[in-house]
Amino acid sequence: MGWNLVRIWTILVYTFMFLPVAVVVLLSFNASQFGSFPMTGLSFRWFVELAQNEAILRAFRTSIVLGLLTAMISTTLGVLASLALVRYKVPGSNLISTLLIAPILVPEVVLAVALLLFLNFLQINKSFTLLLLGHVIFTLPFVILVVQARLVSIKRDVEEAAMSLGASPRQTFFQVTLPLMLPAVLAGALFAFTISFDDITGTLFWKPGGVETVPTQIFAMLRNSISPEINALGTVMIVMTVGLPLLGLAIARQVAKKSGG
Amino acid sequence: MSVEAREARQPWILLSPALSAVALLLFVPLLFIVVYSFWLRTATGADQVGFYLDNWQEALTDAFYRDILLNTLKIAAITTLVCALMGYPAAYFIARSKGNKAILLLLLMLPFWISYIIRTMSWINILGVSGAFNSVMLSVGIIDEPIQMLYNETTVILGLVHFLLPFMVLNVFVSLDGIDTNLEDAANSLGATRWQAFTNVTLPLSLPGLAAGGLLCFVLGAGTYITPLVLGGPTDAMFANLVFEAIITQLNWPLGSALSLMLLVVLGALVLIYNRYLGMAQLMKGLG
Repeated sequence: MGWNLVRIWTILVYTFMFLPVAVVVLLSFNASQFGSFPMTGLSFRWFVELAQNEAILRAFRTSIVLGLLTAMISTTLGVLASLALVRYKVPGSNLISTLLIAPILVPEVVLAVALLLFLNFLQINKSFTLLLLGHVIFTLPFVILVVQARLVSIKRDVEEAAMSLGASPRQTFFQVTLPLMLPAVLAGALFAFTISFDDITGTLFWKPGGVETVPTQIFAMLRNSISPEINALGTVMIVMTVGLPLLGLAIARQVAKKSGG
Repeated sequence: MSVEAREARQPWILLSPALSAVALLLFVPLLFIVVYSFWLRTATGADQVGFYLDNWQEALTDAFYRDILLNTLKIAAITTLVCALMGYPAAYFIARSKGNKAILLLLLMLPFWISYIIRTMSWINILGVSGAFNSVMLSVGIIDEPIQMLYNETTVILGLVHFLLPFMVLNVFVSLDGIDTNLEDAANSLGATRWQAFTNVTLPLSLPGLAAGGLLCFVLGAGTYITPLVLGGPTDAMFANLVFEAIITQLNWPLGSALSLMLLVVLGALVLIYNRYLGMAQLMKGLG
């Protein structure tokens, strides 16, 4: 009896999570010129309009470049820091871990204000660089958490075996450690990309006038009303943000299988 | 340099880029806004450097700010409670399910990847005047006129719950998954009913996960400012909206600094209390 209640409750919770998203996808195929019910038929016209909307395409390019750079920088910093924390005895490593995680614990609005005012004080005006630095600082903790968790489970023995067979520390890192931790590095990079791509709070503070990312572009479009185009854009975003990580996960698994990790 | 000395320096070389980034992009800016909050915005639009308490006085004594701060904390608390009530049973189901736990968990994490702004606005499609709910109710004939259900405090909470629920489920799941199921069986064999075994054994052991999920929901909920803009009415501003107003719209940076620090202190105090009793390790389990 009790278990069935839990089951029904869980189904309701899943419905609650998925229903609004499903409706976005459904409405994006609505032939009507209003982004709402009743639906007047199925059509791809909003996706075609989307592909011709210069502002949205520009926002996409900005978001992708920003996401890729963010992922590259914060993954590099995160991997180096994780190596130090897991592979070496560092005095005060607990404190250091907490410091590196701190950007998650500070409310994003506060982080956004602090960084904006400080860089402005240094006469660095709102720019793409500010946007990039901001995204790096709050994706870094996530990369460190993911990579560290994986690194702990890679045994030191394999590295020591390589060294005892004459490999230099550098060779050991590139030929043994890095391949073994590759799934986590990719997962961390993907995580950073997705978080950067989705961010809106910090981005609204940091973005220079005239520059829009996909979320801020959607936000600006919502000011008028919800158009079918927004639903179509929503569908594209859903396919991207759900499809890409799933693809990444599949690739990571394949890589892990091949390398015997 | 000796081998030992080089060995000892190595981790610091690896750590230095990340540590400098956090120091320069987080800690120094935070110290900087502490200083800035004592400066003064003048009528000419320039900021007067010095030590003035005016911003703090305004932020701490003006009933307008106090009411919005209290309302923000109230909204965050209700959101956290609803997330716990919805999320705990779901997490329990996933943790104890005989089927594929990984798939169930992944399904619940999918919305977590879907863009926050899309998920927030998606509720307009459900609850709007020409949304799914009204459309169904009208066609079935339960109502004659569409009902306006959007743009109030309840829809703000709804949007926040939709955004934060996965954090709660994930944290509770991690906690429940780590509990040996033999403990429940042992309680049963000693005569406890299933419900007693749950309330006396499993529930207390899962409280750290519930607390971690609760902290995340509360802190993220209290810091939000997009949800009230998209799903709230004109009077549903939360504290972060005030910060945005002061900084971006009015360009009153000293006051904006004082307001952001107020939010940081209130939420920071919560994190510290949490850390004192449960420690950060618990929180990291659910995040990683």
